[in-house]
Amino acid sequence: MVEVTGPSDQPLLVADGLTKSYGRLAACRDVSFALYPGEVLAIVGESGSGKSTLLQMLSAQLAPSGGRVSYRMRDGVLRDLAQLGEAERRFLFRTDWGYVHQDPAQGLRMAVSAGANVGERLMAVGWNNYGRIRQTASSWLERVEIDIARIDDAPRTYSGGMRQRLQIARNLVTEPRLVFMDEPTGGLDVSVQARLLDLMRSLVNELGLAAIVVTHDLAVARLLSHRVMVMKEGRVIETGLTDQVLDDPREPYTQLLVSSILPP
Amino acid sequence: MNAPTYNFAYLDEQTKRMIRRAILKAIAIPGYQVPFASREMPMPYGWGTGGVQVTAAILGPKDVLKVIDQGSDDTTNAISIRKFFAKTAGVETTTSTDAATVIQTRHRIPEAPLRAGQVLVYQVPIPEPLRFLEPRETETRRMHALAEYGLMHVKLYEDIARFGHIATSYAYPVKVNARYVMDPSPTPKFDNPKMDNCPALQLFGAGREKRIYAIPPYTSVVSLDFEDHPFTRYKFDAPCALCGAEDSYLDEIVTDNKGSRMFVCSDTDYCEGRQAAGHRGTESVAPHKEAAHG
Ligand SMILES: Nc1ncnc2c1ncn2[C@@H]1O[C@H](COP(=O)(O)OP(=O)(O)OP(=O)(O)O)[C@@H](O)[C@H]1O
Ligand SMILES: [Mg+2]
Ligand SMILES: [Zn+2]
Repeated sequence: MVEVTGPSDQPLLVADGLTKSYGRLAACRDVSFALYPGEVLAIVGESGSGKSTLLQMLSAQLAPSGGRVSYRMRDGVLRDLAQLGEAERRFLFRTDWGYVHQDPAQGLRMAVSAGANVGERLMAVGWNNYGRIRQTASSWLERVEIDIARIDDAPRTYSGGMRQRLQIARNLVTEPRLVFMDEPTGGLDVSVQARLLDLMRSLVNELGLAAIVVTHDLAVARLLSHRVMVMKEGRVIETGLTDQVLDDPREPYTQLLVSSILPP
Repeated sequence: MNAPTYNFAYLDEQTKRMIRRAILKAIAIPGYQVPFASREMPMPYGWGTGGVQVTAAILGPKDVLKVIDQGSDDTTNAISIRKFFAKTAGVETTTSTDAATVIQTRHRIPEAPLRAGQVLVYQVPIPEPLRFLEPRETETRRMHALAEYGLMHVKLYEDIARFGHIATSYAYPVKVNARYVMDPSPTPKFDNPKMDNCPALQLFGAGREKRIYAIPPYTSVVSLDFEDHPFTRYKFDAPCALCGAEDSYLDEIVTDNKGSRMFVCSDTDYCEGRQAAGHRGTESVAPHKEAAHG
């Protein structure tokens, strides 16, 4: 369990009645919540329960069928994401937000060196000094425990765990306030997962990051998140502090989820 | 004398009007790639059909046309394009940069300064500078629209990381009029500074890719770089072996079957002009040539 360090009274992100329908199927129904700065929220639930759909709406990659998402910009103003211009939205995405994909090939440029992968966001916001970009990239590689000697290698030569750590460095280099993650440990060996989780936990703490983490794995939720939301058939059926929900679930569905995945 | 079987400059008037509209739009938005309905031309794509269509659309009966390929007026490609327009438009042709009103080129910008009223037409194979890192056309278009050009610096970063300096020497990306990033492909970066604030109109035609773009006269063209790795024009170690020029782009040529080499101006018109004016290099065909070898 992680301590919430000085929660702010102003929410960072607010979801209000988020709904997404595909024809007759409601992939996500009427989801509302507020996320505070520095808070880590886990979204759990079985396959097809709507976790990724929700995350994509929260991160403005998918337009909701109903409801809206608001985000507090760096100037302190809460803005409806649907009202942002495309340039503003893309700028937000590569500065104040991070997005860690389950498949690193979606979040990295596999044929470009690790240094350039980390430096890209800096160059995108106008950094124009090669030496400084490289220096900053090196220190981020160090922070995510990637050997500096590998800075000029492309991630296609990296292991799965290294790719995920590189993806994290690439996202954090602009010091975002909010990071979205969709199954960040999916597909990794258990020991590799453990190391990645450890790293993510300490970075989130050090940087005071807010994060929304989608995961099948309740152990990931327990280790990383302050709060958890349980989804079933597109609805949030239970939500609360992570330890409370996982140790003492109210809903039968959550009890089932907890008992089948967590060791007794 | 127009050849009777062709419309003036081969293309029909309808097609030329369509191309001119694309050219006007390109001039109005410097560096922006305007799509156009590229036509089949009676020559292979590699021969610069984009440039040929642009030239056909702007050529008038009083124009004087020069065509260069790698700086030379005498390659097969240059000769056949020149003949094509001599035949289909009956225009006067020349090898003199100064005498020409329209110059179609592949690879080089002439060494002699261009002047107001001239048009330089480039044959372009790949117009999209972002292509090599971002293959999705929808995404590169969005990047141009939003002026998101961080990716261009990723490429330059990779060069420095790998070679210690910006090794890109052809198709070196530029920013036009402080807005659009443009690929001057496939000219050598040596020529990039000539594009900046140039009195002549510069038009770029990509036939296979169906794009036209332009740099209007007197427009700023800046080569991308890093503040600690600034753009540098390629500097040759020796002057031209034929005319002694120290400021021109040189090609290495083999002079005999024993593999002897020398470096000479790639711009043959410039080199010949200098020689005619009495300039000499170490290998000049001059009476004292043997002696010079010692
Ligand atoms: N583009 C789409 N078109 C139609 N149906 C979709 C689309 N995307 C998702 N769905 C459906 O919406 C529901 C929720 O999908 P979603 O991907 O959000 O689930 P998930 O909780 O992330 O599942 P998993 O754990 O397997 O990743 C599923 O029934 C899915 O088939
Ligand atoms: Mg999913
Ligand atoms: Zn010369």
